[in-house]
Amino acid sequence: MTRLMKHRLFWPLFALVALIVINTVARPQFIKVTVRDGELYGALIDILRNSAPLMLVALGMTLVIATRGIDLSVGAVMAVSGAVTLTIIDGSSSPGSTGTVLIAILAGIGVSLVLGLWNGFLVAVLDIQPIIATLVLMLAGRGVALLITDGFITTVNSEPLNFVATGYLFALPFAMFIWLAAVAAIAVIERRTALGVLTEAVGINPEASRLAGVRSRGIILGAYVASGTLAGIAGIIYSSNIRAADANAAGDLIELYAILAVVLGGTSLMGGKFSIAGTVVGVLIIQTLDSTILFLGVSSAQSPVFFAIVVVIVVLIQSPRVHQWGRTLTSGIRRSEAPEVRSDAEVTA
Amino acid sequence: MERPLLELTGATVYFGADAALDGVDFRLFPGEVHSLMGENGAGKSTLIKAITGALRLSDGELRLDGEVMDFGSPHDAQEAGVRAVYQEIDLLPNISVAENIALGAEPRRFGLIDWKEMRERAHAVLADLGLDIDPASILGRHSLAVQQLVAIARAISTEARVLVLDEPTSSLDLDECAELFRVIRDLKERGVAIIFVSHFLDQVYEICDRVTVLRDGKLVGEYLTREFLRIDLVQAMLGRSAESLRARPRLHVADDRTEPFLSARAVSVGSGINDADVDMIEGEVLGVAGLLGSGRTELARALTGIDKLDGGIIRIRGCDESLGNPRSAISLGVVYSSENRRSEGILSELSVQENITLALQAERGVFRRIRPARQRELAMSWVDALDIRPPDLDRPAGTLSGGNQQKVLLARLLALSPRVLVLDEPTRGIDVGAKVEVQNLVGELADNGLSVMFISAELEEVLRVGNRVLIVQDGRILDTVPSEELTPDSLTALVARPEAV
Amino acid sequence: MSTTTTAAAAPRARAAAYTRTFLDRHSSMMPTFAALIIFVALLIGAEVHFGNFLTPLNMSALLLNYAYLLILAVGMTFVIVTGGIDLSVGSVMAFTGISCAKLLGEGYSAAVVIPVILLGGAAIGLLIGVLVQYFDVQPFIASLAGLFLARGLAFVVSLSSIRVENESVLWLQTTRWRLGDWYITPTGILALSVAAIGAFVMQYTRFGRTVYAVGGNEQSARLMGLNVARTKVLVYVISGVCGGLAGLVLTAYSGAGYPRNGIGTELDVIAAVVIGGTLLTGGTGYVLGSVIGVLVFGTINTIIAYQGAEQSWTRIIIGLMLLMFIVVQRVIVVRSERRR
Repeated sequence: MTRLMKHRLFWPLFALVALIVINTVARPQFIKVTVRDGELYGALIDILRNSAPLMLVALGMTLVIATRGIDLSVGAVMAVSGAVTLTIIDGSSSPGSTGTVLIAILAGIGVSLVLGLWNGFLVAVLDIQPIIATLVLMLAGRGVALLITDGFITTVNSEPLNFVATGYLFALPFAMFIWLAAVAAIAVIERRTALGVLTEAVGINPEASRLAGVRSRGIILGAYVASGTLAGIAGIIYSSNIRAADANAAGDLIELYAILAVVLGGTSLMGGKFSIAGTVVGVLIIQTLDSTILFLGVSSAQSPVFFAIVVVIVVLIQSPRVHQWGRTLTSGIRRSEAPEVRSDAEVTA
Repeated sequence: MERPLLELTGATVYFGADAALDGVDFRLFPGEVHSLMGENGAGKSTLIKAITGALRLSDGELRLDGEVMDFGSPHDAQEAGVRAVYQEIDLLPNISVAENIALGAEPRRFGLIDWKEMRERAHAVLADLGLDIDPASILGRHSLAVQQLVAIARAISTEARVLVLDEPTSSLDLDECAELFRVIRDLKERGVAIIFVSHFLDQVYEICDRVTVLRDGKLVGEYLTREFLRIDLVQAMLGRSAESLRARPRLHVADDRTEPFLSARAVSVGSGINDADVDMIEGEVLGVAGLLGSGRTELARALTGIDKLDGGIIRIRGCDESLGNPRSAISLGVVYSSENRRSEGILSELSVQENITLALQAERGVFRRIRPARQRELAMSWVDALDIRPPDLDRPAGTLSGGNQQKVLLARLLALSPRVLVLDEPTRGIDVGAKVEVQNLVGELADNGLSVMFISAELEEVLRVGNRVLIVQDGRILDTVPSEELTPDSLTALVARPEAV
Repeated sequence: MSTTTTAAAAPRARAAAYTRTFLDRHSSMMPTFAALIIFVALLIGAEVHFGNFLTPLNMSALLLNYAYLLILAVGMTFVIVTGGIDLSVGSVMAFTGISCAKLLGEGYSAAVVIPVILLGGAAIGLLIGVLVQYFDVQPFIASLAGLFLARGLAFVVSLSSIRVENESVLWLQTTRWRLGDWYITPTGILALSVAAIGAFVMQYTRFGRTVYAVGGNEQSARLMGLNVARTKVLVYVISGVCGGLAGLVLTAYSGAGYPRNGIGTELDVIAAVVIGGTLLTGGTGYVLGSVIGVLVFGTINTIIAYQGAEQSWTRIIIGLMLLMFIVVQRVIVVRSERRR
């Protein structure tokens, strides 16, 4: 049992299950899944469907955070990719054709990839602090998206595009398959190649990794490219859901929720060891919490208060000082004396 | 002699289970310059930190002017008149020289900073040090030497009773050193007690009255400089182990026809190493003997592509190669193990297996992953071969003991099947048993045809492991001598030779 | 390093020495001068292009329209110089703004309401500061929690905008003291006073110098006996109070409180501060530089409005300027490292 509790996914999973149980007790229909026209509906299905954009962004953020970085520009990239895709569809003669939509989506993803490459270039090649480097795109990105849409909210009615966010495949939402595919792809690339462990090495200690011959520049660059690309896909799903490219609202604050999801999943903001499964659980927690808050009758606009409380609790749990309090408490019980070493003293003699 | 101004008795400091300082007694009299000597890990920094309040003693007593003190912070120590100037200048490069001297005790008028007064005071203190710079200029605009002097100006600007100078001369040129020594003598006249730490033996003999030598966290002894021979000082610092001493028998006798696997010519890096020529021959261990700060580490880093060369060439099998980074060096079979195991070696959160296979995996590239079964097999074979304990491949490497971490690092490098292995202090801070194992291992590797460079602060060890010994001093290679022609005493004498000025 | 030259030296040598002294003393002000040059160039360029840009009315409006941004930038300068960042300012402004409108609507007098909202801003700043200093939370994350909290609270106070009828608050905005065609409002005076007080505190108090010291090297600052912990908490409190003041000013400006105010404003503030010559890595920066940064930001906005172009160009241009400043700063850092 204690081994189970020590597993890094224990607490995130516990929180998720607890949330689901609380919801089910409060409103039994929460857990209910109904079948209509051979398609599944219900609160749980909605959560799985609606998590798609955040899930994709959080996956990319996990990789970036593992390299000791951060990507603030994901929301802006979402806005740009949605704007590119919908503007192409809007401008085409056959907005309803699958071919047009596919080309538009590929264009949107391609632009996001380039934006990710740009971030990676600033961080890995020019050695600019990640927060600062990605701030540039965070600031300018929405402006670019607004330019693409001429400052309007471009609305598009296109069946194939609508399918991305609201369509069903094998009785389940198509959007869910997108994020499942992304999770699988990332998991395979990270864990079936050596990318995962080399990324962790770079995140834990860049200098030691350099001495061991790790090509850290390429790995860091790759993480930002992945983050940009995934954010691009998220932007398309978002636009498909609201059937419009809204350069101001797309991905608003999503960088913050993504970081929260990563941290909830047990990946440290200091880089190094990361957990894809943890991030998946983290996103589901956030999405379930969001649904819970809505259910409680709280306006969705007010939900940030709850998330602020969650952020504070999570960072406090991770904080060294709270750990020390915990240790003092337990060692006080055990009556063992800890050697007095000041925490800020270097351990080089 | 009168009562010591500062006295430590039985000073002990633990880091976890290891004692960095173990029952050391230390006395400092007013008006003396007292040198603290010892190699890396001897406990010098720990002792200084205990005196300056950066660290609390686990055991023992600190008296200042006969009164028992318990400094909770560096600030407490400063209030009591204990001031320190560290090698890594702990000033603020982004603000003015005057502020750097005065902040914390800056002159104020009506609660507001009196800039004019502050600059005037700073000017006066700087003039005292013979330094004519604009007190209003930003500190970071000045050379390291000037910054070092500003740090000293800060230390003496308020009433200092004890002044700790940790490697104050490392960035100063000869004139600046002379100026500093003039100031030190002046302070000494005023009754200030000065602790002077430097790896330049000449300077120690020039300025210091007494020497306290530490080794492995323990006190070796306290000596009067004028009665203490240079060679005895080096002997005291480096120590002599009780193990039997026998040079490694040489399997291959390198004659003139043997082409070196790696040869470096006129290699220079910054001010660390100048104009160094090194030949590394297959099947041979090249020991490197030199004191701390001699350039031994810089030499090792230059040969293995860690630091970029400022001059010189490196040939591998007779071909000129540019080892621009560790990666290209590794691909040529040249690997380096850093002296800083913790910060430049072990990835403490990764498992033993991941640490061992890391470099090999990095060399193969991201997409040619070593299969997990093969990884385990490979890691297990090294764990067995090097007797890494506990033999648990999934344990985070940071939880192993120092000796076992060192072995994990060696395994990481050996998994690359290198041709040249450069080991910087591989035996520092590990227990005696592990030490002997590492030494034997190095011998075996050379017998198998590797070319090994072995750097250590323990001269016996260098002699025992090395076929030839390279003597480094002051950033230059003094000589390369076959180890059978050396005795510990003659090697000590060579290492201790006065620096050429 | 000598700065005094012999009397016989040629004037040119003396000029060189003066330049040298000036550079040694004020090299960190160079980006601020650059921003000033950009500002002047923008004004001249716009005047040449439009012919009717440099009017007293336009210039007066610049201060009026961006008074809230100026106040936020002053607080942000304190935070960034310590090496931190405060993402919460836009939300704090919205929260305090809507609280102000709500409380006034309920009949409390301005003399009660204003101190209350300033305290509200200070409380959120205190929370962020405590998280950063005592729980080792990265400033980015801690202020993120502040952002969420303040934004949510703004909506808790009211989901829609609330009109303000209170005379004394509206007075802040509607009063115009004139000098010829120039005018200034009480909000403008408030903003300028905040900037002046900020600049004075940074330069002449121990607290202000500690802010720089913390940004230069926290450990060294502690060794110098400066009160690092208090300073680090206090800068976030200052930023929170500035957020509260900005909320008041914005409420007076728009005649209403609105919970959606200031979304993304934290980015504008950070951009203005960086363009004004403050290094995001901490240790260097000037309140007056931030004032210039805000003016540059406002001028670009005004020019784009004049041009009739898409407002989104503002963000793009500001982003590009930010990039330019960041890359130039990086180059300077690399070069100074190489000099060592």
